[in-house]
Amino acid sequence: MQRFAALLDALSTAPQRSAKLRLIGDHLATTPDPDRGLALAALTGGLDLPAVKPALVRALAEARVDPVLFRLSYDYVGDLAETVSLLWPGPVRGEPPSLAEAVERLRAATRATAPQVLAGLLDRLDPSGRFALLKLATGALRVGAGARLARVALAERFGLPVAEVEEVWHGLAPPYEALFAWAEGRGPWPEAGPGAGFRPFMLAHPLEAPAALDLAAHAIEWKWDGIRAQAVSAPGERRLFSRDGNDISAAFPDLVAALPDTPLALDGELLVRSPDGTPAGFHALQQRLNRKAPDARLLRELPVFLRAYDLLAEGGADLRPLPWAARRARLERVIACLPPDRFDLSPLVPVADHAALAEARARPPHASIEGVMLKRRDAPYLAGRVTGLWWKWKKDPLTADCVLMYAQRGHGRRSSFYSDFTFGAWGPDGTLLPVGKAYFGFTDEELAWLDRWVREHTVARFGPVREVEKALVLEVAFEGVAASARHRSGIALRFPRIARIRADKPAAEADTVERIAALARP
Amino acid sequence: MRPPAWIAIEPHGLHLPAADVWIDPPRPVARALVTHGHADHARAGHGEAWATAETLAIMAARGQAPATPHPLACGERADFAGVAVSLHPAGHILGSAQIRLEGPDGTVIVVTGDYKRVPDPTCAPFAPIPCDILVTEATFALPVFRHPPPEGEVARLLTARAANPDRALLVGAYALGKAQRLVALLRAAGHRAPIYLHGAMERLMALYAAHGIPLGDLRPVAGTPKDELRGAIVLAPPSALADRWSRRLPDPLVAMASGWMRIRARARQRGAELPLIVSDHADWDELTATIAELSPREVWVTHGRDDALVHWCETRQLRARALHLVGREDEAD
Repeated sequence: MQRFAALLDALSTAPQRSAKLRLIGDHLATTPDPDRGLALAALTGGLDLPAVKPALVRALAEARVDPVLFRLSYDYVGDLAETVSLLWPGPVRGEPPSLAEAVERLRAATRATAPQVLAGLLDRLDPSGRFALLKLATGALRVGAGARLARVALAERFGLPVAEVEEVWHGLAPPYEALFAWAEGRGPWPEAGPGAGFRPFMLAHPLEAPAALDLAAHAIEWKWDGIRAQAVSAPGERRLFSRDGNDISAAFPDLVAALPDTPLALDGELLVRSPDGTPAGFHALQQRLNRKAPDARLLRELPVFLRAYDLLAEGGADLRPLPWAARRARLERVIACLPPDRFDLSPLVPVADHAALAEARARPPHASIEGVMLKRRDAPYLAGRVTGLWWKWKKDPLTADCVLMYAQRGHGRRSSFYSDFTFGAWGPDGTLLPVGKAYFGFTDEELAWLDRWVREHTVARFGPVREVEKALVLEVAFEGVAASARHRSGIALRFPRIARIRADKPAAEADTVERIAALARP
Repeated sequence: MRPPAWIAIEPHGLHLPAADVWIDPPRPVARALVTHGHADHARAGHGEAWATAETLAIMAARGQAPATPHPLACGERADFAGVAVSLHPAGHILGSAQIRLEGPDGTVIVVTGDYKRVPDPTCAPFAPIPCDILVTEATFALPVFRHPPPEGEVARLLTARAANPDRALLVGAYALGKAQRLVALLRAAGHRAPIYLHGAMERLMALYAAHGIPLGDLRPVAGTPKDELRGAIVLAPPSALADRWSRRLPDPLVAMASGWMRIRARARQRGAELPLIVSDHADWDELTATIAELSPREVWVTHGRDDALVHWCETRQLRARALHLVGREDEAD
């Protein structure tokens, strides 16, 4: 456990991605089985320890620490596992458990025994070990190293192609002893087998020089504003994967159930269907993404579907080496046989020349389109971001000058900074009405400046929120405008971020709600 | 909970109206009592100031000297229109003092200023002074703050140095107090090699050395060839860590020595690859143990996480209030 704790400590302060890759790689190369496999599972979200929930951790702490002091500490630290790891009353008793022992005990725990099991383990660990245990038990490491990074670290440390690791990944289970045997040259490639495995996504580069593009050689599609997903089926097995190779089937049972029993692998955009049949805004999808196990009402009100871009496999044949045009032809036939409410085809965009392309990109026919995709008709489907085959050309963001109204302290890395900003625009009666909230888009220096400004211009406090003087103009960039029942302004900005701090601009000259609402495009 | 008539709680600090003298005022005043040399306690521009000789020397070295300095030895009594004032060691930094005030009504108030209880080779240890009202700091007044032994943190720094012989170990530390204590801790751990200093560190290091605190071989970074800094420990003020200045160092491994490093998010904000939890302030256990030990009638909390400490006092049937003084910066540790 201490080795794993030291890894998490080092990861949380590691300055860059390369340092994180090295730390994880070294850990996997030097830690014996099964602890290293369990560490890999923890980093990739592959450990399922359902008996421990954040509420249980909180209850354990509140039984041992004054609840007011607990709350103040949690407010300050901004992370439950870290707060409890620091507050847990000492001294350390007994030998620290190994990672394998800790996982074994937590796995065997039931809802009823979990509090005692977890407390017993916490008693045997120092603050750093307690932090690692709690992160592990609640399944949210958040040390700036996601599942994909861990797989890349494994591949790089052992000199394996990342795509091969990703392809076999979903056929394997912790502690991944067969994977390590292959990585160390002691065993065969642990084949993905006939199951519904993941195939690494092909990704696009931003298009820098549209005029130089040979239009005839490219197919043009809309870039839909959902999330990329891969729907895979095999006899007795159906799965949905996110772009980073994580299995998200449990969150989308409605879509997964509509997959056929025959072998198939589709690449497409996961979207929510609105009552009129068109894609709903990203906000609707966000509500589905937030729920790992949606209830019946959510499934009914926000049904998802896959708008297919590509066909990667069919009937046991890997189609990825075929040119795009050939895959597209087969995709069109396959989609025709699938339930149309769950699977449809992303249409091609016919454009005659570069001017028409620019027009299509700037004024797409639907609000759920965020630009155009350009794909070489002769390109095979290759893992990763291969130069020169696929391009994305997003439409320009919208901007508005808004007035800062409230600021809230951030969590995680920003727990001591006012970093979440609610801003407003002028309503018809001359009052400011909130239109959105942004928590990024600024540099660390700008954040420090904003934090100081907030502290110096506070007019009221509500817990972690401060209301500020209505005097600072922020230029906000955003992707669209949605109707909102939550905001008094009646609108909410989509994907807003702070583009610039306009300390030079008087608040009275900021935009009106009316002007921003008029920016909503078809 | 009315304060005695001879002392007033103002937004800018505690004030003795009869003598018109302020305690650690954050703005220039005619007459000031100063607990220690950190800038949020010792402002420039006072007319007269009473403090320990060491604190007055620090103020002079940092351009904060009052027009008329009045050195007070620890334990020496001075009369301020009927209020007897004396200074007592606070264990925070060189010259740091608590202020004991005894009013004409016999009430004793002790203002801790910033303090800590763990031994520090660079200053006299905190002296517990019995009192009716304890005016305490609360910089680290949350139970998540339990500082580990500083020797262990310095050992981690030396381990990192041994593992990275080609990199400079760049340690961010406040130029007054923390930097000198780190040097003393490194020397006590057997580290004999030269320690290199950012220019902003040099003057106060010399001042500590002149006060008889052995700091060993200290050298300026400026003018030192880059290769000589491989495997060397370099001290710099925290603001220099991410500054262009640090580019002159060979592949620096950035460490930061501060009580705030206990919180991972704070370490990340600082960009510290190696957070070292070394604090010159009392941690939660020291703050609460000190209150329990002195058992005052009332506790006033000056700055920091006052709500938690006030709550703790109340759960022990101790009267406590937060003073909400302006101009205190709790970041500097």
